[in-house]
Amino acid sequence: MLQGIYDFIKGIFEPLGDYLIGSLVPVGSSFAGDIDSLIALVAVFVGFWGLLAYIMFFFLIFRYRRKEGVRAQYVTGEEKNLKRWISWPHAAIIACDLVIVFMAVMVWYNVKQRLPEPDATVRIVAQQWAWNFVHPGPDGVLDTDDDIDSFNELHVQDGLTYQYELVSKDVIHDFSVPVWRLKQDAIPGRIMKGWFQPTKTGSFDIQCAEMCGIGHGIMGARVVIETPEEHAAWMSNGGSKLASVVER
Amino acid sequence: MAEAGTATIESQDAHVVSHGHDEHHHEQSFWSKYIFSVDHKVIAMQYMFTGIVMALIGGYMSYVFRMQLAYPGESVPGYGAVSQGEYNAMVTNHGTIMIFWVAMPMLIAAFGNYLIPLMIGADDMVFPRINRLSYQIFLVSAVILLVSLFVPGGGFGGAWTAYPPLSANAEYNLTPLGAQLWIVAVALEFVAFLLGGINFITTLMNSRAPGMKMYDIPMVLWMIVIASVLFMASVGPLIAGAVMLFMDQSIGTGFFDPNRGGDPILWQHLFWFFGHPEVYVVLLPAMGIVADVMCTFARKKLFNYKLILFTVFATGIISFFVWAHHQFVAGIDPRMANVFTVTTLIISIPIAEMLFLYIATLYGGSIQLTTPMLWALAFIAEFLIGGVTGIFLGASGADIYFHDTYFVLAHFHYTFFPIAIIGFFCGLTYWFPKMFGKMMNETLGKIHFWGTVIPFNCIFIPLFILGAAGQNRRIYNFQNYPDLAGLQDLRIFATTALLVMLAFQAVFLINFVVSLIKGKPAGKNPWKSNTLEWTTQSPPPHGNWPEGLPNCYRGPYEYSVPGREEDYWPQNVPPDTAPAE
Amino acid sequence: MSATRPIATTRSATGIPTGKLAVWWVVGSEIVIFGGLLMAYLMHRLGHPEWADYASHTNPWFGGVNTFVLLTSSLSAVLAHHAAEKGDGKRAARFLYFTCLGGLIFIGIKSVEWYIEISHGYTITANGFWQFYYTAAGLHALHVIGGCIIMLIIAADAKKQLELHRVELIGIYWHFVDIVWIFLFPLLYIAK
Ligand code: HEA
Ligand code: HEA
Ligand code: CUA
Ligand SMILES: [Cu+2]
Repeated sequence: MLQGIYDFIKGIFEPLGDYLIGSLVPVGSSFAGDIDSLIALVAVFVGFWGLLAYIMFFFLIFRYRRKEGVRAQYVTGEEKNLKRWISWPHAAIIACDLVIVFMAVMVWYNVKQRLPEPDATVRIVAQQWAWNFVHPGPDGVLDTDDDIDSFNELHVQDGLTYQYELVSKDVIHDFSVPVWRLKQDAIPGRIMKGWFQPTKTGSFDIQCAEMCGIGHGIMGARVVIETPEEHAAWMSNGGSKLASVVER
Repeated sequence: MAEAGTATIESQDAHVVSHGHDEHHHEQSFWSKYIFSVDHKVIAMQYMFTGIVMALIGGYMSYVFRMQLAYPGESVPGYGAVSQGEYNAMVTNHGTIMIFWVAMPMLIAAFGNYLIPLMIGADDMVFPRINRLSYQIFLVSAVILLVSLFVPGGGFGGAWTAYPPLSANAEYNLTPLGAQLWIVAVALEFVAFLLGGINFITTLMNSRAPGMKMYDIPMVLWMIVIASVLFMASVGPLIAGAVMLFMDQSIGTGFFDPNRGGDPILWQHLFWFFGHPEVYVVLLPAMGIVADVMCTFARKKLFNYKLILFTVFATGIISFFVWAHHQFVAGIDPRMANVFTVTTLIISIPIAEMLFLYIATLYGGSIQLTTPMLWALAFIAEFLIGGVTGIFLGASGADIYFHDTYFVLAHFHYTFFPIAIIGFFCGLTYWFPKMFGKMMNETLGKIHFWGTVIPFNCIFIPLFILGAAGQNRRIYNFQNYPDLAGLQDLRIFATTALLVMLAFQAVFLINFVVSLIKGKPAGKNPWKSNTLEWTTQSPPPHGNWPEGLPNCYRGPYEYSVPGREEDYWPQNVPPDTAPAE
Repeated sequence: MSATRPIATTRSATGIPTGKLAVWWVVGSEIVIFGGLLMAYLMHRLGHPEWADYASHTNPWFGGVNTFVLLTSSLSAVLAHHAAEKGDGKRAARFLYFTCLGGLIFIGIKSVEWYIEISHGYTITANGFWQFYYTAAGLHALHVIGGCIIMLIIAADAKKQLELHRVELIGIYWHFVDIVWIFLFPLLYIAK
C-alpha cells in the first residue's frame, strides 16, 4: 500500500527530477531516480510557498508604498479575519511537510535502511588520501584468492546489486558517487555497510566528501561501470586497466 | 516576569541612585574612555569594530579561495599561489571567523550591548565590569585565532566542524599548533559570550523602565535575549567537548580516537547539538533588527506580536531536537534519520509562520523605502531562499545526495549572508544616527545596497547549480575531477560577482567616514520611532538620560494610532499628551 | 574608575535580586557543561562493559571522605548565609573561611588520591575510563579552587560589613559545586 502511494507520487515528479538533477548528472543507479524525484517534489512544494510568499511580499510593498496624505492602518494582527491569512497557510504547510516526510522516509529506507541480497560484495578502504578497492573477482566472494585489488579505480558490472563494506584506515572520509546519488561516511574502527546497483555504463567521478586533511582535495577516484562482457574481460585480465574503458 | 514589570525596587543603598550620573562628568583619559571603558555603548562599539575587522579578514579569505577555485593554480593578486594546505586553512578559518567572530559579535554583542540598556530605559548593563571582561576575553580569542594562522605548520585546516580523528591527531592534520590554538580560541570565544549572555539576560529581566511589561519589550531585545539563552543552553556540551579535544591533541588522551576506545561520532553529536541551535542564535537577532526597522518604515504595528514571540519560542525549543540532520550519512543508526527528518521539517513551521507574519506586517502600511528598510526587505527576500533550500537537506533521502555538496554551501550562505551582512547593515544604517549623531547619505547607501545584494545572488545561485551537479565542498581544484571540470564558467562567474561585491564595499566605507564627518546632524529621533533609545540625545551621553531615566507607558509599535495627530507615539510619552518635539 | 553602580543594577523588575539571577544563570550554563561531559561518559560506559573493571581500581574511601568534607563545607556556607542575613559580617566571614578550609581539604585529599593512582600507572592516558575520571574530577576540582578564591574575596568584604548579599550568592555556587560532586562520586567510584 505505502509502496503503491509512493510509486504513484514518484511517478508524478520523476520527469521534473530528471530535468532538475538528471540533466546535470546522469541517472546511474537503481535509486538515483527516487532521489531525483524526491528533490523535485520538495522543489515543487517549497517553490509553491516560496513563490506565493514572494508574490505577496512584492505586492504588499507596491500596494502600500508611501503616498502623500495616506496614513497606515492600525491593525494588531490579532483580528480574526486577518489571522486567517496566517493560520490557513500554517495548516497547509503542515500538510506539505507530511508528504515530504513520507517521501523522504521511503527513499531513505530504500537506500540506507535495508540491505538487499547482493550479487557481489566489494570492500572500499579509504585512507589519507586515496581509495583502495577490493573486488571479489570471478567467484563473487571477498577474501578469496581471486580477489582483485585496485587503486583509485572501482570496477563494477552494470545491473548487478552490490553490497559494500566501507572502512577507513585513519580519519573520517566519505565515499561519494554523484551518478549513483550515493554518499556514506567511512569511520575508522567501523565497517559501514550499504548497497548500490549501477544502471548505466561508463566511467564517473568518485569524490571524498568529508574533510580529511591536506590532501582531501585530491582524493578523487573513478568508478568504471562495465557491461557483463567487459567486466568479465577485465577480471580475466587480472584487473589491469582496460584502455578503452578508461578513456571514456 | 510579566506581572512584576511595573515594580521598581528602590536600591538598598539609595545613594547609588542619586549619584548615578554626575559622577562621570569629570574628564576621562582616552584609555579609560575608549579602551577600558565599562560603558555599554563603548563596549558595543568595540565589539562592532572588532567584528568589522574580522569580517574584512574573513572576506579577504573568501576572495583568496574563490580566486583559487576560479583560476586554479594561478597566483592570486594580493596573496600569491595557494597550496592545498593553505586552501583548507583558509576555508576553515573563513567559516570559523564569519560565524564566531563576525555574526555573533556584530549581531548579538554589538547590537545587544548597544540596544538593551537604551531600549529598556536603563543607564547601563547590570554588570558593566563583567561586560568589559567579556569583550577582553573575546579580543584575546580573536588574537589567538589570527596568530594560529601564522604558526609553524600553518593554520588549522580540518573544517570549521573540526571532526576528529583528523582534528585530534597531529599525525593526521599536520598542523599541531594551528589545531590547538584554533580550539583554544573557539573555547575562549564561548566563554566570552557566556559572560556577555548573563549580562543580556539579567539586564532585560530586571532593569526595564518602570511600566515596561513583557509585551512592551521591542522585538529585537526579545530575540537577542532568547538567542543568548539558546546559546547558554546549547554550548555547554561543546565546551566539555573542546576540553576533551584539546586534551586529545596535547596530552594524548583518546576521547575521540577509535583505536583507544574513543568514539569520533561523539564529537559530531556534541558539535551539532550546539551547532544547530547556534544557527538560530545568529538568526534571531537579525530577525529582531528587521522587525524593528520594518515597523518604523511601514509606520505599522508588528503583525501579531504575541504570535511572533510564540514562534520564536517554538523555534528555540525545537532547535534542540534537530541536530543529527547534519549527520544523516555520518554513520549514525539509519533509523535515527527518520526521527530527525520529522523534527527538522517541524521546525520549518514556526519559521515559515514567522516570515509570513513579517510579510503581513507590510499590509496596510505606508512603506518608505529608505536604506535601512531596503536592507530589511532584502533580508526577508534572501533568507526565504536560504530557508526553503534547508527543506531539501532536511528530507533525509535527498540529503544523501546533497550532503556536503555546494548545495549545502549555498543554502547556508543564503541564510548566513542575510543574517550577518544584510542584517548587520540593516541595523547599522538604522541606528547610525543614534550611534554617531549624524545621518548617513541615502544615495550612497542605496548604491551600496544594490551593489551588495545583486552580486550576492550572482555568487551563490551558481553554487546551487554546482551543488546540484554533485560538486563537493572543501576541494581546492576541480580540474582533478573530469565530470566537474567542465563547469568552470560557473565558478568564474561566482568569483567575478564576488569581486564586484567587494568593490562596492568601498562605497560603504566612504559613506561611513564621510557621514561621520560631514553628515547632517540627526537630532533625537530622525525616523520618528517609538522605542526609548530615540528619546535621548544622539549619541547618548554616559548614563544615557542625563535628565533622568524614562518611564514606559505602552508597547513599542504604536504607529498610526487612529485619532492621534502624529503617526507615532513614543513609549515614554504619558497617555493623552501630544508627543514631544 | 568610580565605584558607583549603574541604576540598572539596582532595579529588579522580576523581584529577584539581580546578582542572584545572574548566579542562577551561571549555574545553569555550568550544568549544561557538566551535563554534556557526564552524558558522554555515560554513553561510553554503557558501550564498554570492561570499564567496570577499570573503575574497580578507584578507591571509594577517598571519594567518600571527600563527599563528607564537601557536604560539611556546604553546611557552613548555609550558616554563613544566615549570619549575613542577620547582618553579622564577621560571623559570616568566619563561616566562609571554614567553607574554604573544606575546599582545601578536599583538594588535599584529591591530590593524595591522584598521586597514588598515578604512581600505580593509572594515568590519564591509561584508557578510556581513566581519561574521563581525570577530566571530570579535574574540571570539578578547578571549580572548587575557583570557588575558594572568590569566597576569600567575599569573606574579606564581609568582614568589613560590605556586600553582604554576596555571601548568599557564593553559597548558591558552592552548593552547585557540591551537587556536581554528588553526581560524580557514584558515577566514577561506585558504579562497577
Ligand atoms: C543561520 C543559519 C542557518 C539557518 C537559519 C538554517 C536553517 C535551516 N537549515 Fe541549515 N545549515 C546551516 C545554517 C543554517 N541553516 C549551516 C551553516 C549548515 C552547514 C554546516 C556545515 O556542514 O558546514 C547547514 C546545513 C543544514 C543541513 C545539513 C546538510 C548536510 O550537511 O547534509 C540541513 C539538513 O537538514 C539543514 C536544514 C535546515 C533547515 C530545515 C532550516 C530551517 O530552519 C529553515 C526554515 C525556513 C523555511 C522552511 C522557509 C520559510 C518557509 C516557507 C516559505 C514555507 C514553505 C515551506 C514548506 C512547505 C516546508 N541545514
Ligand atoms: C556568517 C557566515 C559566512 C559569511 C558571511 C560568508 C561569506 C562568504 N563566503 Fe563563506 N563560509 C561560511 C560562512 C560564511 N561565509 C562557512 C561556515 C563555511 C564553511 C567552512 C568549512 O567548510 O569549514 C564557508 C565556506 C565558504 C566556501 C566554501 C569553500 C570550500 O568548501 O571549498 C565558499 C566558496 O565559495 C565561501 C564563499 C563565501 C563568499 C564569497 C562570501 C562573501 O559573502 C563574503 C563577502 C564578505 C564581505 C563583503 C566582507 C564583509 C564586509 C563587511 C561586513 C563590511 C565591511 C565594513 C567596512 C568596509 C567598514 N564560503
Ligand atoms: Cu578523504 Cu576527504
Ligand atoms: Cu542544522
